[in-house]
Amino acid sequence: MSYAGPQAQAVDHGAELARAGAHVQGWGGSVLYQARRHPLGALGLLIVAAFVLVALFAPFIATHDPLATNAASSLARPGGEHLLGADFMGRDMWSRIIYGARISLIVGIASTLLGCLLGVAVGLISGFWGGWVDLVTQRVNDVLQALPLLVLALVMAAALGPSLQNVIIAISIPVIPNVARVIRSNTLALREMPFVEAARAQGMSELRIAVLHVLPNTLAPVIVLATAQLGSAILTEASLSFLGLGIPEPYPSWGRMLSESAAEYVRTAPWLVIFPGLAISLVIFGTNLLGDAIRDILDPRERS
Amino acid sequence: MTQTAAARLATGAEAAPAPAAEPVLAVEDLQTYFYTRRGLLKAVDRVSFSVGAGETLAIVGESGCGKSITALSVMRLVPSPPGRIVGGSVRLRGRDLLRLSEEEMRQIRGNEISMIFQEPMTSLNPVLTIGNQISEALILHQDVSRKAAMERAVEMLRLVRIPEPERRAREYPHQLSGGMRQRAMIAMALACNPKVLLADEPTTALDVTIQAQILELILELQQRLGTAVVLITHDLGVVAETAQRVIVMYAGRKVEEADVTSLFDEPLHPYTRGLMGSIPRLDMPETGTKGADRLQEIPGMVPPLNALPPGCAFAPRCAMATEKCQAEYPPYRELRPGHWSACWHAERLMAGGA
Amino acid sequence: MSGSLLQERRPGGGANLAAEPVLEVKELKKHFPVRKGILRRTVGHVYAVDGVSFSIAQGETLGLVGESGCGKSTVGRAVMRLVEPTSGRIRLNGHDITRLSKAEMRPHRREMQIIFQDPYSSLNPRMPVGRIVGEPLYVHGIGTAKEREERVAALFERVGLRAAQMKNYPHEFSGGQRQRIGIARALTLDPKLIIGDEPVSALDVSIQAQVINLLMDLQQEKRLSYLFIAHDLAVVKHISHRIAVMYLGRIVELADTRTLFTDPQHPYTEALLAAVPVPNPRQKRKRRILQGDVPSPIRPPPGCHFHTRCPYAEERCRREVPVAKEVAPGHVVACHLR
Repeated sequence: MSYAGPQAQAVDHGAELARAGAHVQGWGGSVLYQARRHPLGALGLLIVAAFVLVALFAPFIATHDPLATNAASSLARPGGEHLLGADFMGRDMWSRIIYGARISLIVGIASTLLGCLLGVAVGLISGFWGGWVDLVTQRVNDVLQALPLLVLALVMAAALGPSLQNVIIAISIPVIPNVARVIRSNTLALREMPFVEAARAQGMSELRIAVLHVLPNTLAPVIVLATAQLGSAILTEASLSFLGLGIPEPYPSWGRMLSESAAEYVRTAPWLVIFPGLAISLVIFGTNLLGDAIRDILDPRERS
Repeated sequence: MTQTAAARLATGAEAAPAPAAEPVLAVEDLQTYFYTRRGLLKAVDRVSFSVGAGETLAIVGESGCGKSITALSVMRLVPSPPGRIVGGSVRLRGRDLLRLSEEEMRQIRGNEISMIFQEPMTSLNPVLTIGNQISEALILHQDVSRKAAMERAVEMLRLVRIPEPERRAREYPHQLSGGMRQRAMIAMALACNPKVLLADEPTTALDVTIQAQILELILELQQRLGTAVVLITHDLGVVAETAQRVIVMYAGRKVEEADVTSLFDEPLHPYTRGLMGSIPRLDMPETGTKGADRLQEIPGMVPPLNALPPGCAFAPRCAMATEKCQAEYPPYRELRPGHWSACWHAERLMAGGA
Repeated sequence: MSGSLLQERRPGGGANLAAEPVLEVKELKKHFPVRKGILRRTVGHVYAVDGVSFSIAQGETLGLVGESGCGKSTVGRAVMRLVEPTSGRIRLNGHDITRLSKAEMRPHRREMQIIFQDPYSSLNPRMPVGRIVGEPLYVHGIGTAKEREERVAALFERVGLRAAQMKNYPHEFSGGQRQRIGIARALTLDPKLIIGDEPVSALDVSIQAQVINLLMDLQQEKRLSYLFIAHDLAVVKHISHRIAVMYLGRIVELADTRTLFTDPQHPYTEALLAAVPVPNPRQKRKRRILQGDVPSPIRPPPGCHFHTRCPYAEERCRREVPVAKEVAPGHVVACHLR
């Protein structure tokens, strides 16, 4: 924090107010205002938005069927008919990357949502009711958090076997303790708030208090947490697929595209490695930038 | 205790302390604005006052009236952004603090001007001992050795009547009670023997018996050290018992100013009058009929600073308001010697009406 | 406002005898265990409330004053059964509610409500205020949705808000307005007793007067009983019929308001009255400032809790706990010297 410095001779009230965002109007205005204050966040938002649009409109953007093989264009160089080249089986890289965005997005969103949902439930129960329930869930959380996200997902995926649903479940499990911890600590503070006591004084049941009065007040930080988790979920999917435990053939997954080509073709057809790698990096970069900006914007100390 | 606060005040008030030729602190036309998403907030709008050595000036008002921002502006501690001091001067013995560099200002803070805050717990560093925190300021400003500073810290703790000062100096803030912490804050504030002490609601967080101790202490030390005190408070009782002059603020502006007896005898602004009528009084006899004696209310609430009415800010809540009040801000006028008010209808209040 | 919505299902029906107090508290104690170490062993107790007795009649306000940590808020919360009393007895409209289960307690909750100090944290920030006020009706299954809404609208108007504001969220209101919402919520079930836990302490002076007047008007209208907990003696004096002064978990003096202020018998009451600054610069009072701090309620001094700060303390005060005695009808003092 800095303080008002020595008095400047003239102050431009209009400019100062514009800087403070006094003229911002409406939802769109707020987004523009925040974008100007957090240019990196805006970049992140653009990347994520592009990623989502690509995933949604994949059939219109892709030039080929991502699953169609064509012996004639096996290992075709980028340019010409195949914008980003083609793989050993002659499948168009550009189209596979476009469709790969779908897989990444589905797995990322679904596993984050699932993880948050379970995490919120666990955190709320252990924070609000306390006692031995809290003790047990806390220790389980500690164990889960002691293992690296990827290792945990690996074990889960290996146990469940490769399929889209199983990958989602495997990735969502490590999210649970992170979310549960945040919800639990918020719940502990909220439990003592006068408005919760007021609800109790009216004769409201504990379940109703927990769901109606405590839960809605714990959710703001989860939004921040979820944006951060989205990136790592996408990364975990790519890693699992790279290790052969992720999305099964023939769906195009960036991680598996990378692993299929890395060993054999990195020298002879580097585009098979470079482009999926770039796609993964770009999306993770975007979600991280966006997540940081959202955290800054929602931080109560930032608001006045 | 040899002399009580009230008794000392009595002698002081009757002897009418000769106004010093030059005030220690003279604030003129101070303007502190906040630039926020909600618009331009004129938190302090052309506020002037001065305090002499050994004098106590009280700034009274409700939350959001700008009294604390005034003190922070004097200390040049207004958080920026969103705050800016956009006009006026703050002269400490003739030197304008608003023109100093941050480096020069640091030499002034805690040395020539000190401030004590409402919440003694959050204003003390929890990981440093009380003695360390007091000697910190001395080492910083007075160029003394660590050992000498510590000795002086203990001496200060004794001065603010903390029992066993040697032991307390080695303790941490959480080991002290609320009253003790506020005493330690005062010891810290006065360690460098400042010319001006800004006290922002120094007793609001304290219990009433402790409040009495702390006020007594501030007054006694002021007399001994000749400090000029600016006391910021919302409590009219505290004002009546401690201050010589009073400023009443409303929505960022001064609305009335007088010596303490004139202000309480004959308030010349409807807001001051309303405030005095709205507090329950201990010194009034008990009528026994509960429902009958209603408190005088000021209707409505303080307007938000980003939506002040065009005329007098108090007009929407004022029973005396006329069209003129709604249209034009009243000039700040001296109605009796030393008694100023910003009200179009102050003469009607002078007649003893309303 | 029609009370017809609330006629059915009241505990005890209309069997109350006129003479019976709405609330009767006898020898109430609340000791909080102090736990330390990894084994969370109890190493001592905070004697927050240590044997408090009083009663409140219909339409009466009992003021409960004392400095921070004296246990006055805990008394209110124990009466509301928001904390479990350690021992003692609480009777509401003649029913002993001290040991009732949550379910058994439910019908009695309609008889007493609480208003909190902080207008910010006492309203759920994520709930429209109309819903906050109407929630108790829903919880107790009273009326249809439309009837409930009408009642909430009427309550809003009564406490000085507009019914159109029901859809707004708490952050859209000022502190004073929020306190009005808190009062409306307490009135929703038409209780007989309202516990005010420092209900005006957080408000600005001019707003404080508005809320005090509202509380007093409501009392007249509905014959409400108040347990008014506060540290501001002037406010308590203004609103209370009788006043109890607490010090370190015990009531040291209890008397009607006029007597307490004209003829205080306990040295602590005397000191408390002397410490309040009076807004009159011409009034030069003899000030006798009480020295020292309030001792910790974890290790309260033996004998009379006040003896460490009492200017008149004698040997006996350090050993024996003074028994409360009635020095005049309705004037109870716990001091060896009276």
